[in-house]
Amino acid sequence: MSQPVNYSDRPWLDPEAEPFIKVQSVSKHFGDFTAVDSVDLEIYKGELFSLLGGSGCGKTTLLRMLAGFETPSSGSIVIDGVNMNNVPPYERPVNMMFQSYALFPHMTVENNVAYGLKRDGVARSEIGRRVADMLSMVELTRFAKRKPHQLSGGQRQRVALARALVKQPKVLLLDEPLGALDKRLRDQTQYELMNIQERLGVTFVVVTHDQEEAMTLSTRIAVMDAGRFMQIGTPTEIYEFPNSRLVAEFIGNANMFEGRVTENGPDHVAVEGKNPKCDFYIDHGMSIAEGTKVWIALRPEKIRISKEKPANSDTNSVRGMVHDIGYLGGTSTYRVKVGDDHLVEITSTNQSRPKDGNPPIDWDEEVFLYWEPSSSVVLTK
Amino acid sequence: MSAPAEAVLPAEQTLPGRLRQRLLYLVQHHWRGLVLAIPFGWLLIFFLAPFFIVMKISVAETIIASPPFTPMIDWVSDGIMHVRIVIDNYAYLWEDDLYVNTYLNSLKISTISTILCLLLGYPISYAIVRSSHTTKHILLMLIILPFWTSFLLRVYAWMGILADQGLINDFIRWLGYEPIRLLYTQTAVYIGIVYTYVPFMILPLYANMEKLDWELLEAAADLGARPMTTFFTVTLPMTLPGIIAGSLLVFIPATGEYVIPDLLGGGNVLMIGRVLYNEFNANVDWPVASAVAIALLLVLVLPMMLYQHIQGKEVEGK
Repeated sequence: MSQPVNYSDRPWLDPEAEPFIKVQSVSKHFGDFTAVDSVDLEIYKGELFSLLGGSGCGKTTLLRMLAGFETPSSGSIVIDGVNMNNVPPYERPVNMMFQSYALFPHMTVENNVAYGLKRDGVARSEIGRRVADMLSMVELTRFAKRKPHQLSGGQRQRVALARALVKQPKVLLLDEPLGALDKRLRDQTQYELMNIQERLGVTFVVVTHDQEEAMTLSTRIAVMDAGRFMQIGTPTEIYEFPNSRLVAEFIGNANMFEGRVTENGPDHVAVEGKNPKCDFYIDHGMSIAEGTKVWIALRPEKIRISKEKPANSDTNSVRGMVHDIGYLGGTSTYRVKVGDDHLVEITSTNQSRPKDGNPPIDWDEEVFLYWEPSSSVVLTK
Repeated sequence: MSAPAEAVLPAEQTLPGRLRQRLLYLVQHHWRGLVLAIPFGWLLIFFLAPFFIVMKISVAETIIASPPFTPMIDWVSDGIMHVRIVIDNYAYLWEDDLYVNTYLNSLKISTISTILCLLLGYPISYAIVRSSHTTKHILLMLIILPFWTSFLLRVYAWMGILADQGLINDFIRWLGYEPIRLLYTQTAVYIGIVYTYVPFMILPLYANMEKLDWELLEAAADLGARPMTTFFTVTLPMTLPGIIAGSLLVFIPATGEYVIPDLLGGGNVLMIGRVLYNEFNANVDWPVASAVAIALLLVLVLPMMLYQHIQGKEVEGK
């Protein structure tokens, strides 16, 4: 008997777990335009799930269908075992935090937060208590009597969050929750959101176009494009093992090399690059026919740069000329011209200060680029 | 800012040259005041001055002469000035039931008309705001279109529609029923006033609703508010400024309305505009007519001040 696996942090891997939100072949058409194209999705209880994609990819439409503001043209949405297709927004066990926050301008902060509880007919004393609790959680107790226009952007964001959470929804939908905040506030709020989510155990579904936001916040990410999911996975899976060029290029930076499979062993794949002409050796097997045209994706930080020729320069190595250097303090970004005018980006940590005996890499210098056999990702689409 | 250069050319030292320089200085340094002087001048000549003339007549006495009222100031003799202010006219308005009742009836008719305009105009504005871009413009055009024909002509058209031998009664007869009396009734006056003034309700409401953030309604629904609750807790409070503006634009002119009650109400509907007209033309009692007008103004100034007060608070709140 094998030891029982603890799936509490990764419920999507548990074959026994019942998904909390089930999106089943849902499509949404607006006239001729297909915003969401027959997608399937399963989100588990307590997840912080991100829908990531550029504008017009259908992520907001999908979120609005979860909230009930749009009805699917086909397919069904099930939340906690209940089919939501004919359930109006005001009867769904979900609450939404709007991108614009949509705070009621004619009500005080307190009344904004209390609005949802009043609609549910909660007793007056309990409303007072829960609103006060919520406001103290988002540290807005002092501002309870203010109107939204008397608050800063970050404070409004917190009112919106408090208003959406006070009803203790089963699912909290967040539409670009940090979009309207400045950089410093974003970083801070991001972790606050994660803490709140962890403490309350509410399932979060976040829509964002910001990959950094999605990476730090989420348990899992669904990358969307043209109304479809390109890939669904943990931030690590999506970053380290993108399944397509689109995902690789959307999440972080990736250098793409076109090539052809020359050898397909059980534990390795060899690819011959087209430009630059170099051999790639990948140390894991893939079900891929020899001769197939593929792309190799290599993350900038996975490539090493050196002025000396590496020991094994037959594979996973290429010679080039430094075209550009961006010194960022902690790291440097090099752009190296290889093969026939192909620019490769390399990020390298500046671990040691440049010394006399070891001069830093300079413009127009000849350098060698090399990487581990496990670093490259073979993409077929 | 540089002061105008001292006159160098001899021509500018001549009198017209100096005058021109003076004017130029005035325009350059006091243009704000000059720009404001135009509307103020307009109000002074066409509003304030007539107001004081009417006020003056309202405290005079009727005489058979031309003009038919006593002058306010008499020069008796030896430089003695005799100022005559008669407040009898106002007392008369208060004492005679006819006037009090007519004021009350006018206020009743304009209040009910305003409510009817609001009940009709609110859903229309809402529908216009929610319609697509092209439909929106067509619908707005249709609201404004009646203004292209004379108001009087449109009221006459209503006479044709409401008359005993008119369009509606012809139709009722064709259906085989007894015709009903419409023209020269209170109903006809309501129809006329609501028809005429509903655009003045729709347009300010439209302007207000156009700025409404529809996401607020989604937020309310998301928080568990049914459509009706959303309407009363979010939509209505958010559109209140539009409701007030539209209501005043209907209420104020409707109270003093003369043409509609005269043409559609005949002698059966007493409104203050008609009384004023009769005092002035039939009775040739200018002082009482003026007193009626001033009293009407006072009746209307109150809701306007109320509106100003509410708006002031609104601005404070923003």
